[in-house]
Amino acid sequence: MPFIPHTEKDTREMLATIGAEEIEDLFDEIPAELRIEHLDGIPEALSEMEVSRLMRERALQDGSPMCYIGAGAYEHHIPTAVWDIATRGEYYSAYTPYQAEASQGTLQTIYEYQTMITELTRLDVSNASLYDGASGLAEAALMAVRANRKVKTGLVLIAPGVNPVYEKVAQAISGGQGLRYEWLPRDEATGNVAFDELPDGREPVAVVVQQPTFAGTLEDVDRLTDWAHAQGALAIGIANPTSLALLEAPGNWGAEGVDIACGEGQPLGIPLSSGGPYFGFMTCKQKHVRQMPGRIVGRTTDLDGSPGFALTLQAREQHIRRSKATSNICTNQGLMVTAATVYMSLLGFEGIARVARQSHANTTRLVDGLCSIDGIERLYGGPYFHEVALELDRPVGPVLEALGRKDILGGYDLTAWAGTDALLVCATETKTASDIDTCIAAFAETMADERRYE
Amino acid sequence: MSELIFEKSRNGRRAFAQAPADAEVTAIPGRFLRTDKPRLPEASELQTVRHFTRLSQKNFSIDTQFYPLGSCTMKYNPRACNALALLPGFTGRHPLGPVSHGQGFMQCMHELQQMLKEVTGMVGVSLTPMAGAQGELAGVAMIKAYHDARGDAERTEIIVPDAAHGTNPATATMCGCKVREIPTGPDGDVDMEALDAVLGPKTAGIMLTNPSTLGVFERHIKDIADRVHAAGGLLYYDGANLNAILGKVRPGDMDFDVIHMNLHKTFSTPHGGGGPGSGAVGVNERLLPFIPVPVVRKTEVGGETVYDWAGEEDFPQTIGRLSGFMGNAGVLLRAYVYMRMVGRDGMERIAEYATLNANYLMARLRDAGFELAFPRRRASHEFIVTLRHEAREVNLTAMDVAKALLDRNFHAPTTYFPLLVPECLLIEPTETESKETLDNFVAAMIEIARAAKEDGVEYKEAPYTMPVRRLDDVKAARELDLRYRPD
Repeated sequence: MPFIPHTEKDTREMLATIGAEEIEDLFDEIPAELRIEHLDGIPEALSEMEVSRLMRERALQDGSPMCYIGAGAYEHHIPTAVWDIATRGEYYSAYTPYQAEASQGTLQTIYEYQTMITELTRLDVSNASLYDGASGLAEAALMAVRANRKVKTGLVLIAPGVNPVYEKVAQAISGGQGLRYEWLPRDEATGNVAFDELPDGREPVAVVVQQPTFAGTLEDVDRLTDWAHAQGALAIGIANPTSLALLEAPGNWGAEGVDIACGEGQPLGIPLSSGGPYFGFMTCKQKHVRQMPGRIVGRTTDLDGSPGFALTLQAREQHIRRSKATSNICTNQGLMVTAATVYMSLLGFEGIARVARQSHANTTRLVDGLCSIDGIERLYGGPYFHEVALELDRPVGPVLEALGRKDILGGYDLTAWAGTDALLVCATETKTASDIDTCIAAFAETMADERRYE
Repeated sequence: MSELIFEKSRNGRRAFAQAPADAEVTAIPGRFLRTDKPRLPEASELQTVRHFTRLSQKNFSIDTQFYPLGSCTMKYNPRACNALALLPGFTGRHPLGPVSHGQGFMQCMHELQQMLKEVTGMVGVSLTPMAGAQGELAGVAMIKAYHDARGDAERTEIIVPDAAHGTNPATATMCGCKVREIPTGPDGDVDMEALDAVLGPKTAGIMLTNPSTLGVFERHIKDIADRVHAAGGLLYYDGANLNAILGKVRPGDMDFDVIHMNLHKTFSTPHGGGGPGSGAVGVNERLLPFIPVPVVRKTEVGGETVYDWAGEEDFPQTIGRLSGFMGNAGVLLRAYVYMRMVGRDGMERIAEYATLNANYLMARLRDAGFELAFPRRRASHEFIVTLRHEAREVNLTAMDVAKALLDRNFHAPTTYFPLLVPECLLIEPTETESKETLDNFVAAMIEIARAAKEDGVEYKEAPYTMPVRRLDDVKAARELDLRYRPD
C-alpha cells in the first residue's frame, strides 16, 4: 500500500466509527452495474528501487546529444540553487495561495517575479504567469479584444516572424470566441514583414510582433508597433526574455511601446524537458490591468498595518465570475515562476546580459563556420540575436539524420516554414568554442559524405 | 513581510559563479539595442539562497502541514517522482529533438497514455493540455467540433450544474457556448426535471463532476447519460474528483464521451504553489478524430518497436494544438513514475482509503455536533460541513474557522465553495493522511467551536501566529501595488 499509512487496527476502528463493516460498504451508492472489479491493464507496483532503475535506463536511452536546436526552447545553464530551492517541499507541495497568511512565501516570490518581468519588458504590470509562451499569445489576443472594445472585427494580424506554432495554438484556444488570425506579408529577401505590402484599413483588434523573429532575424519593431497603433489596434509584443538584456524592451518599441507583452519564460532557468512544464509571461500597460487574465499578487497591509501580500483583482477570475470571467485559466505555473525568480536573482541583469552576449557570440562563431562549408549559406542577411536561418543546397532531413548518428542535433528543419531547404541553428552560452568547432567539422564531413554518394 | 530581494541588492554585487564569461556583440546595430537598464536584483548566491529559503518557510505545504483543501486532492507527492523526472536525460531533451533521441521518454509517455485509458475506460488519450482548465477547454472544443462536423451547428448550449467548478462555465464561454445552469436536488443529485427542461436541439453537452463537488456520487448518472445522449448532446467528465473512484468505476463505463484528468490531484504531481498542472484528456470512439495533438504513437518498423508523434496529418479533424510543444512533459513523467509505483492494487486502495478517511472524518465531525450539508449521503473522498447555525448563533463563520485552523497549524479546508451551501467547508483529507492526523484535526475543530460557543471567543482577527495578520483584500484591489518601486 504505497503512501497509505493505515494499520489494520486503524482501519477497523475507523470503520467502527463510521458504522460500516468493510471499506467496500462505503461505495454502496455507486450503481452496481457500473462497478468494475480490477484495473487489469495497469502493471503491478514497482518499488522505488525498481522504478528508479527503469527510469535511469529510459533516460540513458535518450542520450545526451549536443543540441543546436532552438525554435522556441533554449538550452541555458541553470544554477544548481534554482531547482534546489524550487523543489523544497514548502514551494513544491503548497497550493494556490488562497489562504494568504499561510502562503506569504509563494506570494512574495510572485510579487518579486512580477517586478522582475515588468523591468525586463519595461511595462507596468505583470500577472503571475500563464501556461506557456504559445498559449500566452491566445490569452493576449483575447485580452486585446476586451481592452480594445471599439474594434469589433475579432481580426488579429500576425507578423511573419511570429512562431508558427503560436498561431496554431492561439487559433485552437481562442477560435471558439470568433477570433481570426491572419499573417502579414513576408519580405522573402529579409524574412521580416514586407512594409510596402501592409494592408491598411483592415481594422485589426491587435497586431502581433515578435522579436527576435522565429527565423532569428531582427524585425523593425518600432515601425511595426507604430503601424499597429495607426490601424487602431493594440500592439502585442512577443519577446525572448534572455534577449531583453540586450535588445530593446517591448515597452519601448515605437513611439508608445506595445500594449501587451508575452512570451516563453523557459530560458529563465527552466530545463528543456521535452517541452514543459514551462511558463508564459505576460505584462501590460497599467490601463489594461483589469483585462489581464490569470492570477495577480498585490502588496497590502494586515490588521497591524504591516505589509503583506495577497492575490488581488480576483473578481476577474473564473472562481468568482464563472461564465463571465476574463479566462477559464485557474493555475499559473507557480513552480516554474519560483525557479525563474531565483534564476533572475542569481544572474541579475549583468548575468543575463552575459548569457545573451555569449549566446550571440557563439552563434556567430557557429554560423561563420557553417557558412564556410560548400552548400551552406545564410538564408537572410541582416542582424540576429542567437539564432540564424541557413539555406542548404540539398534536403535538410538526411543531413540532420546523419548528424544525429554522431550525437549532434544540428538544428531545426525550417524547410516547411521557409519554402526552401533551410535550417535554423542556435548556439547558446552552454557551448564551448571546441563544441562549436566539432559541430562545424561534423557538418563539413556530413555535407562532403553526402556529396560522395551523389 | 521579509525584506524584498531588491532591498537586499547592492550596486555591483554578483553571484559570479553563475555568469558566463563576457563576449562581444558584433552583429547587432545600435538601433536594436536596449537603451535602459532593467533593475534586477544584485545579490550574492548565499543571499539569494537564504532569501528564498526563508520565504519558503512562510508557506504551509503538504510536506509541513495537513492540507485538507477540498477538491484539490492535496496528497503526499513522493520524492522519487520528482527526482526521476529530473534525471539529466529527461531534463536535457529538446522538445523538437528527433525521435531517435527520445525513445526512452516517448515510451514512458505512451505507457502513460495506455494507463490513463485503462483507469478511465476511454479509447484515446492526449497528454497535451497543460492544466485542468485547458483539458476542459479541449473537451468542450471537441464536443463543438463533433457537432459542427455533423452539420449540427445549432448545438451551442452547455449544461452545467450549479455546484460545478467555476472553470466549467468559464470554459463553455471560452468555447463560444452558452451556459445553461441547472439546480441540484436536496440530496446532492442533479435535479432531473430541471435537466429535462433544458435539454433540446440546442444542447451541445453537459459538464459533470462525479463524485460531484458536493462530495457525493451522482446516483442517476446512467439515466442522465441516456437522456443527454437521447437529446443529441455529449457528456463531459470533469476529472477533479477522480481520486474517489479509481479502480471502482470508470467514466467511460458511465457513458461519458470525454474527460479531463487533473494529474496534479489524482496522480500526485506537485501543486507547486499554484501550478504547473496537467490536464490530460480521454475520449471515446466518437470524439477520437478531434483529439488535440500531438499524441505518442507506437509502431513497428522492421520488427522493432518505434515511438513517434501523431499530428495534424494523422488527425485531420483535430481541434489543434494547445501548447508550444507537447504539454507539461516533466509533470507527465512524474505522474508516470507515481502510477508505476502505485501499481494495479495500489490504485484501487487509493480510492478506498481516500473514501475511508473522508467518511471517518465526516462521522467524527458529525458526532462532535457539526452539521453536514448532506447527512443522508456517503462521503466520497470529500464532504461538506456547513456552519450556517454557528454563523447565525455565535457569529462563527467559515472564514473564522479557516483562519483559526491556521493558528492550530492546519491548512484550512476549501471555504465558500460550492457556492450553494452557506458558510461551508469542503474537506478532503486524501488517503495519505494517518488516523492520528485526522483525530488531531477533529480536536482542533471541536475546540474552535467550543470556545466560540461557551467562552464567547471570536476569531475575527485570527490568525495570530502567521507571518502576517489578516490581510486587507479591499485595499489590495483599490490601491494596486503590483510591483516594487524604489522611489
